[in-house]
Amino acid sequence: MENLTTQMAGVPLNHYIYLCAIIFTIGVIGVLTRRNAIVIFMSVELMLNAVNLLLTAFSVHSNDPSGQVFVFFIMALAAAEVAVGLAIIVMVYRNTKSIDINVLNRLKW
Amino acid sequence: MSTQVFYFVATLSIIFSLMVIFAKNPIHSVLYLILTFFTFTVHYVLLNAQFLAVVNFIVYMGAIMVLFLFVLMLLNLNKETEPVKSPLIKIVGLIAGCCLVVTLVGSFKAATITSPLILKNPGLGLVENLGKELFGPFLLPFELSSLLLLAAMVGAVLLSKRDEVEA
Repeated sequence: MENLTTQMAGVPLNHYIYLCAIIFTIGVIGVLTRRNAIVIFMSVELMLNAVNLLLTAFSVHSNDPSGQVFVFFIMALAAAEVAVGLAIIVMVYRNTKSIDINVLNRLKW
Repeated sequence: MSTQVFYFVATLSIIFSLMVIFAKNPIHSVLYLILTFFTFTVHYVLLNAQFLAVVNFIVYMGAIMVLFLFVLMLLNLNKETEPVKSPLIKIVGLIAGCCLVVTLVGSFKAATITSPLILKNPGLGLVENLGKELFGPFLLPFELSSLLLLAAMVGAVLLSKRDEVEA
């Protein structure tokens, strides 16, 4: 393990930034283009994970454990969000027999 | 093989996350999402954030994925029931996403940090170090997050309970 992590010293920080930007954007595209509510939730999870990885990389870069503590809190928040969100989706499905988010457009007004 | 592992795993995570949003069947999306989270766990191990790697493995690949799969099976959505979105919206969404990634990468190029990532303190991501941080300066947010989880649990149970009065 020590060997592996000392070998990793060559990766520049901005490559982590690019990777996380790409994965965050994939999450945004998923939210914009899909209509299945559960797949939209998964795209939100992708975005949260991209931010988590970036926080960890910056925490290692500046030698500060606070970043990894933030990642821990984001994971707790994501677990709570998924539980409530899936409960809402089950509720919507029970009332409309569909999880197409366009069914919900009458919430607009 | 020094930095090759990072680029290999990064490519894998991009491919799997693309598969998540382009798979037709929601079950396949969930399975690709599990693979994406696994590659993220490998990233955490490579950054020597061992506590986060274990928590990511247990919470995301264990709890959250089981929740997604359970809801998909419960709603019987394992066939391709998704209504077709008009291709116009798909193209507009793709163009908007490409604009976003161009903007992000361009602005990060302006404020570039090319210094390589060096692990100064090998014990940074270990349980001992994070525990001292978590129960020292971050004690109040830690306790508040327990309140958040309790509220989420009560809310989820209340939401998914059938309404006895109306039924």
